[in-house]
Amino acid sequence: MRRKDKIVKGGLHYYLQSTSGIIGAILLLFMVVASLCAAFGWLPHNPLDQNVDEVLKGPSGKYWFGTDQFGRDIFSRTFDGMRRSLTISIVAVSIATLVGVTLGILGGYLGKWFDLLITRLSDAVFAFPAILLALAIVSSLGNSWVDTALSIAIVYTPIFIRVARGPVLTAKEMDYIKVSRILGYSSPRILIKHILPNVTAPIVVQIALSLSWAILTESGLSFLGLGTQPPDASLGLMVADAQSLAAFAWWTLAFPSLFITIVVVGLNLVGDGLRDAMDPARRNS
Amino acid sequence: MQVVSRLRRFIFSPTILRIFSVLSTLFGISIFVFVVLRVIPGDTITGSFGIETGVLTPDQIAQLRHYYGIDQSLLLQYLSWMKSFLSGQLGYSFSTGVSVLKLTKSALPVTVELALIGTILGVVIGIAIGMFSARKPGSFRDFAGQLFGLLALAIPGFVLSTAIVTIMANKFHYFPNGLEYMPPWENPWTNFQQMMFPGLVLGIAVAAPVMRTTRSALLETVDKDFVRTAHGKGVAPRKVQYRHILRNSLIPIVTMTGIQFGYLLGGAVIVEQIFALPGMGRQVLNAITKREYATVQSSVMIFAIMFVTINVLTDLIYRKIDPRIK
Amino acid sequence: MSQLKPLLLVENLGISTVQDPRTLINDVTFEIHAGEAVGVVGESGSGKTLTSLSILGLLPRGVAVTAGSVNYNGMNLTTASPQQIRELRGSAISMVYQDPMTALNPVMKIGKQLLEVIESHEKLDANSDQRVRDALKEVGIPDVARAMQSYPHEFSGGMRQRVMIAMALLLSPKLLIADEPTTALDVTIQQQILSLVAEQRQKRNMSMLWITHDLGVVANLVDRLIVMYAGRIVESGTVKEIFTNPQHPYTAGLLSSLPTTADKSRKRLTSIAGVPQKPWLVGQSCAFAPRCFKVQPECRTQIPHLVGNLEKSVACFHPMGAL
Repeated sequence: MRRKDKIVKGGLHYYLQSTSGIIGAILLLFMVVASLCAAFGWLPHNPLDQNVDEVLKGPSGKYWFGTDQFGRDIFSRTFDGMRRSLTISIVAVSIATLVGVTLGILGGYLGKWFDLLITRLSDAVFAFPAILLALAIVSSLGNSWVDTALSIAIVYTPIFIRVARGPVLTAKEMDYIKVSRILGYSSPRILIKHILPNVTAPIVVQIALSLSWAILTESGLSFLGLGTQPPDASLGLMVADAQSLAAFAWWTLAFPSLFITIVVVGLNLVGDGLRDAMDPARRNS
Repeated sequence: MQVVSRLRRFIFSPTILRIFSVLSTLFGISIFVFVVLRVIPGDTITGSFGIETGVLTPDQIAQLRHYYGIDQSLLLQYLSWMKSFLSGQLGYSFSTGVSVLKLTKSALPVTVELALIGTILGVVIGIAIGMFSARKPGSFRDFAGQLFGLLALAIPGFVLSTAIVTIMANKFHYFPNGLEYMPPWENPWTNFQQMMFPGLVLGIAVAAPVMRTTRSALLETVDKDFVRTAHGKGVAPRKVQYRHILRNSLIPIVTMTGIQFGYLLGGAVIVEQIFALPGMGRQVLNAITKREYATVQSSVMIFAIMFVTINVLTDLIYRKIDPRIK
Repeated sequence: MSQLKPLLLVENLGISTVQDPRTLINDVTFEIHAGEAVGVVGESGSGKTLTSLSILGLLPRGVAVTAGSVNYNGMNLTTASPQQIRELRGSAISMVYQDPMTALNPVMKIGKQLLEVIESHEKLDANSDQRVRDALKEVGIPDVARAMQSYPHEFSGGMRQRVMIAMALLLSPKLLIADEPTTALDVTIQQQILSLVAEQRQKRNMSMLWITHDLGVVANLVDRLIVMYAGRIVESGTVKEIFTNPQHPYTAGLLSSLPTTADKSRKRLTSIAGVPQKPWLVGQSCAFAPRCFKVQPECRTQIPHLVGNLEKSVACFHPMGAL
C-alpha cells in the first residue's frame, strides 16, 4: 500500500517535470473543453445545418474552418466529430479496461485452465490488425455508436489482459503475497489489497495509449463507412468526404486531419508522461 | 521401455511442442473468428438485403437461410466451414460462387508485395532515425527524431494517403490509382508507380514503432558493461556502435518488425482501398459489406496463419542473433 | 624512487555529475611508477571505481572530470583528443572490470572479441589467431581452439574473468587497471585469479592499479596502498607502513575489522559505527569526522589535506601517531 501512495503522490510531481507530459496535458485539456462545448451545443453553427448558398466556402470570419459540400460549418463539425470520437473511444476503452483487467488479474491469480483459456484467446485476438478485427466485428454488430464502441472494446481487451496479468504473476511470487496466503487471507482480500496496487501504474499508462489507438480505429472505421453514419459529423468521415473535394477545397481535408493528429499526439504524450512519472527507474535518469 | 521413452522425448521435444502450440493457437483463432461473426446478431440475409429484409415473408427467409446453410446448428456450420477450408478451396463465396482460394490467389501477391515494401522501408527509416535519435539523447536531433516518431504514429494512414492522392492529382495530374494493378513481373514500371505511394504510407506507419523500439533499445544497451569493455579495448566508436550496441539491440527491433510485417499482411485495408489495389484487405472489406461469412472467415484465417508463421520465423531469427536463446 | 618520472600521474583530480553538479571525487593525487603496483582501497561510494575509469575516459554518462589532470608518460589524458586516448586503450593501458558476467559481449564469439583488440591497434594478419590462442593459453583456458569459437555464456564466471585478463594482456600493456576483478567470484576462484595476475605482473614487469574494497585481497599483491573515503584520499603509503602503522583513524578502523589468522587472541572484530557521508554533502570538514573517535572541533570546520611523501601520507589533523 505504501508503494501505491508514493506513486500517486509523487507521480504528479514527476509528471509535471516532463515537457512532453505538460504539452500532452494541455492538448488533453483542450480536447475535453472543446468536446464539452460541442456536447452543450456551444458552437458557432449547428453541425448538421446545410446551407446551399454557402457551399465549399474557404475559411472566413463567419466560417472559421470554411464549409463543406453541403454548406455545413467545418469548424462546428470538426468539434462535434472530435466529441463523438472521444466519447466512443472512452466508452470502448472503459469496457476494455474493466473486462481486460478483471480477466487478466483472475487469470494470473487463479492460473490453471482459466489462465490458459484467457491467454490463448488474447493470442488469437493479437493475431489480427486492430482495424481488420474491428471491421469484422462492427459489420456483424451494426452501425450505431454503441456498436462501434463495443467492437473497439473487443479489439483492445486483450491488451489489458496482458498488462494486468504480467504484474499479477510477478506479485504472486513475492514474499509478502505468499505470506498473506499462508496467513489465510481470503483471495478477494489479497487481490484487492495487495495485487491491485501493483498493476495500477501500467494500466493507467495503457489507458492513455489505448485511447489514442481507439481514436485511430474509430476514425478508420468511419472513413471506410462502417462507423459513424452521415449526416452525423465524424473526423474519419470528413476525411473520406474530402477525398473528392480536397483538390479544390483544401480546408475540407486539412482541419479534420489536423484534429485527429492533435488528439492522438496529445493522448500519446500523456501516456509517455505517465509512464515516465510512474516508472521509478526512469525518474532517476 | 526404450520405445516409450524415445516416444516421450519426441513428443516433448521443443519443435513438436512448438508445432502443437501453433496449431492450438490457430484452432483458437478459428473458433474466435467463427463465434464473433456468427453468434453476434445480423446474418447473411439482413446483410445482403439490408432493410428490405422486412419485406420478405418468414417462408422466404427460411428458404434463404436454408440455401445459405445458416439454419444448421452452429457446430455443423463450423464443421462444414472447416471442411471446405481444409479441403484446399478455403470455402466458397456465396454471391459469386468462386472459391476463396481463387480470390486469394490474385489478392495475396498484391498484399505481400505491399507488406514487403512497407516493412523494408519502415525498417530502414525506423532504424536510421532511431540510431540518429539515440546518438545524443535529449539533444535537438533526438527531439527531431522523436517528433517524427510521434507524428508518424499519430497521422493516420488514410489522412496521409488522401493528402498524397490529392496533391499528386492536383499538382502533377498523376493518378496512381487510375490503372489496373500490374504485377512487377509483368510491368515493373507501372507496378512501381502503383506501389510507390502506398508503400511509402505503410513504410512511415511501420517506421514509427520501429524507431521508438530502436531508440529505447539502443539507449538501454549503451550503458551496458560490455560496451564499456569495447571502448576500453580501443575499438573505434563506429564499430562499437554497430558491432556491439546495435547488434545487441536487435532482438526487440526484430520482434517489432515481425509484428508490424504480420499486421501489414492483413492490415493494409485502408491503404488498399484508397489506392485501389486489389489485395487481401479489399477482399475482406468487400466480403464484409456483402456479409460473405465464408470469405471473411477464410481470409481472416489466412491472415492468422501468416501471422503465426511470421512469429515462428521471428523466433528462428532470435536464435540466429542471440546464441543464448536455445 | 620519487626522482624518476612516474608512468601515471594523477593530479588534483575532481569528478562531478554533469547535471546539478555533485562532487563525487575531490582533489585526488597519486602516482604509479614503472613496474609498480598500487592498490586503492575504499568502501562503495568512496570514488575508487570512478577514479580508475576516469584514467581511460570511460566514465559513465552524466559524470565527467571537472578538475585536475591525468598524465600518462607525459601526455595529459584530460586534454588529449579522443583518437589519442583510443590508441592507448587496450594497448598501453588495459582494464579488467568487476563483473565478468556482463563485461563481455554476449553475442560475439570469444575469439572475435580478442581479435578485436589486435584489429583496433594493428593490422590483422596470419599471426593474429595464434597470438589470441597463446594469450588464452597463458591465462589457463583449456581447449583454446574451442574457447575461441564459444560465446561468453558457455563459460563460468572465473573462466570469463580469465578471458578478460587475456584480452587485457594481449598487447602487453605498460599499465593494467583492475577494478575489483575478484569481487564477483567465488572465494576459491578469487585466489586463482589473484595469483594469475601476480604471476603475469612479475613476468611482464607491468605497472598495476588494483581497486578493491578488501584490504586483505591486496596485501600480497601491491607495493603501495591508497585509502579513499568519501571521494578523497585519506591515507597512502607502502603496504608495510599502512598495515603496521596506520595513521588515519579510518585506516586503523579498516584494519581492525580485518580477520587475521596470525592473531590468536580471539578478540572480537570491530566495525566502524555509522555510514560514509555522500561526498557532495561533506562541505568544509573532514568527511570522516561524524564517525571518528578522535574527532576535534577543527575536524568539523576545515578540510584536512594529504601531507607526506610516497612512503607515507595522511590527511588528518589528529593522526594515530607512532605505535
